[in-house]
Amino acid sequence: MAGHTKYVPQSAPAKWLESRLPVISLVRGSFVDFPTPKNLNYWWTFGGIAFFVLVTQIVTGIVLVMHYTPHETLAFASVEHIMRNVNYGWLIRYLHANGASMFFIAVYIHIFRGLYYGSYKAPREISWILGVLIFLIMMATAFMGYVLPWGQMSLWGATVITNLFSAIPIVGESVVQWLWGGFAVGNPTLNRFFSLHYLLPFVLVGIVILHIWAFHTTGNNNPTGVDVKSEKDTVPFHPYYTMKDLLAIVVFMIFFSWFVFYLPNYLGHADNYIEANPLVTPAHIVPEWYFLPFYAILRAITFDIGPIPSKLGGVLAMFGAIAVLFVLPWLDTSKVRSATFRPLYRIAFWFFGFTCVMLGWLGAMPAEQPYVALAQLFTVLYFAHFLIVLPLLGFIEKPKALPDSINDSVLGKPAADSTVGKSSEAAA
Amino acid sequence: MFREDATLEQTNTAEPTRRDFLYIATGAVGVVGTGALVWPFIHQMNPDASALALASIEVDVSAVEEGQSITVMWRGKPVFVRHRTDKEIAEATSVAIDDLPDRNARNANLPEDAQATDPNRSAEGKEPWLVMIGICTHLGCVPLGEAGDFGGWFCPCHGSHYDTAGRIRSGPAPENMLIPPFKFTDDETILIG
Repeated sequence: MAGHTKYVPQSAPAKWLESRLPVISLVRGSFVDFPTPKNLNYWWTFGGIAFFVLVTQIVTGIVLVMHYTPHETLAFASVEHIMRNVNYGWLIRYLHANGASMFFIAVYIHIFRGLYYGSYKAPREISWILGVLIFLIMMATAFMGYVLPWGQMSLWGATVITNLFSAIPIVGESVVQWLWGGFAVGNPTLNRFFSLHYLLPFVLVGIVILHIWAFHTTGNNNPTGVDVKSEKDTVPFHPYYTMKDLLAIVVFMIFFSWFVFYLPNYLGHADNYIEANPLVTPAHIVPEWYFLPFYAILRAITFDIGPIPSKLGGVLAMFGAIAVLFVLPWLDTSKVRSATFRPLYRIAFWFFGFTCVMLGWLGAMPAEQPYVALAQLFTVLYFAHFLIVLPLLGFIEKPKALPDSINDSVLGKPAADSTVGKSSEAAA
Repeated sequence: MFREDATLEQTNTAEPTRRDFLYIATGAVGVVGTGALVWPFIHQMNPDASALALASIEVDVSAVEEGQSITVMWRGKPVFVRHRTDKEIAEATSVAIDDLPDRNARNANLPEDAQATDPNRSAEGKEPWLVMIGICTHLGCVPLGEAGDFGGWFCPCHGSHYDTAGRIRSGPAPENMLIPPFKFTDDETILIG
C-alpha cells in the first residue's frame, strides 16, 4: 500500500511520528498519491460505496445494541420498543435493516463489474478470493442479523438454514444441535447469533483491508483490462477518485434514503412482524432477496444423484455455487481481461446475469411446477457458465484488438492490428 | 532458526538424539494442551444441562374426536397427535412398502429396522392414533395438516408431501416424520418421552 508516495515529513511532529510509525506515508501512499488508472468508470465506485455502507451498518448496529435485548421472550418486544419509544429508533433501525440490502446491492454490482472487466484474472486472484470470502462472511452476518428481531421469518429462516447442516452424513444431526445449543432454534441460538453478528462486521473490515492491500500491490484493473505502462496512464487517487467516489456515495445515499423514508419495509417480509412461534411455520417461507438465487439452487435438487440424497445434493449445489467463484481465476482460460474486447464473453456475461436474475425470481416462487423445472434449468446454466463456457471461450474466441495503453484508449487512438500479440501482452 | 554453532549439538545425525526426543515430547504436550483448552470453547455451544433434561409430558386426548388433531410441545418441538379416520387408515394401509421413498418406520418405540407399515407407524394396538414429531425431515419446518397430494401433511417450505401415516411420499425430505417414544397410559392419556 505504501511505497507509492514521495512524501517526506516536513514538520518536527510529523518527522517524530514517521520515524516511529510510518502511518502518514502509509495513508498518503494508499489513498492520496496512489497511482490509479485514469479511465476508471462509475462501475468502479461501488467498492467505495460498499465500504461506506459497511461503516453505516457498524455505526447503526452499535447504536441499536444500546436498546436491544437478546432474549427469546424480550427480543421481539425490544425491537418494537426501538421503533416506538427510542428517540429516532425507527430511523436507526430502518437504516440498519435497509442498509443490509444496500450492502448487497453495492457488492453484487461490484462483483459483476469484476466479472465483466476480468478483474479476477492474474495477477489479482488474491484480491478476488478475499472478495469472495467477504461475500461469504457478509451472507453469514446478514443471516444472523435477520434472526435477532425474533419474528416468524427470523425463527423459521434460522431453522431452515441451520438444518442445511443436517445433510452432512453421520455427524449432521450433532452439528445442528451444536449450532442450536438445544433441540430446536431457541434462546441459546439467539444469544450466539447476537454475539457473532456483532463480531463478524469487524472481521469484514479486516478482510476488506487485505482486499485493498492486494489490489494496491498489483494496481487497479481498468475498463480496458490493459496494464498500466507509464505515468501517463494514471492519476493520483486524491483528488480524482476521492471526489468521484464521494459523488457516487452521495447519489447512492439518495437511493438508500428513498427506501429508508418511503419504502422501509418493502425489502422485508410482513411475517417478521409476527413474534416467533415454534408451533406454526409461515405458509410461504422466503429468505431475504439477496439470498434468493442460492435458495433457488438449493430447492432445484429434488432428485438423488447416485449415492448423494437430494437433501445433501441441494446443500452441496448451493455452497458449490459460491465455491466455484473461488476457482474462477483458473476456470477462465482467456488472456484478455475486459469483456469490451471479448465479443463472445460479453454475450455469455449478460446471459449469466439473466440466469442470476431468473434464479432470484424462482427462489421467491413456491416449490411447485413449473418453477422447480425452471430452477433446475437455470441451475444447470449457472454452473455451465463457469465450468463449460468460460474454460472453452478462451480457446474458441477471437478477441478484438487491444489498445496499446490506457492513455491511447482514452485519447481514442486506434488499436494495432496484431490481436494475438497484444492480448498476450495484456496478460503479462 | 539457530546457527550451526560448534557449541550446539548437531541434530541431523542418523541416530535420534536426546534433543529430538525433547522436541517431539514438548510438541506433543503442546498439541494435547491446546486441544484440551479448545474443547471447552467448542463444547459450551452444545445443548446444556437444562436442555438435556429429558422432559416427559402427559397429553389428555379424550377430547380429540375422529378426524381431529392436536399439536403439543415436547422438548421445544411440536408433536402432532392425530385421531385418524377409517378412510385415512385405509389409504395408508393400501400403499405397498416398495413404493415408499423411506421404508423405515422411524419409530422410536420399535426396533431400528422396523418397516414403515401403517401399524408400525401408528400407536401400538390403536391404529387410528398417529403420534409424531411435527417437523419436516428436510429442513425442519412444521408441515400443514390435511394437505398435500396424499391427504396427509404438506410442508410449505420446500414442497414435501407426506401421506396419512406421516410417511414421505414426494419432495425433498429424506425420511418419514419421526415418531417419539410414547405410550398410552390409559385410553385417554398419552405419555410422550
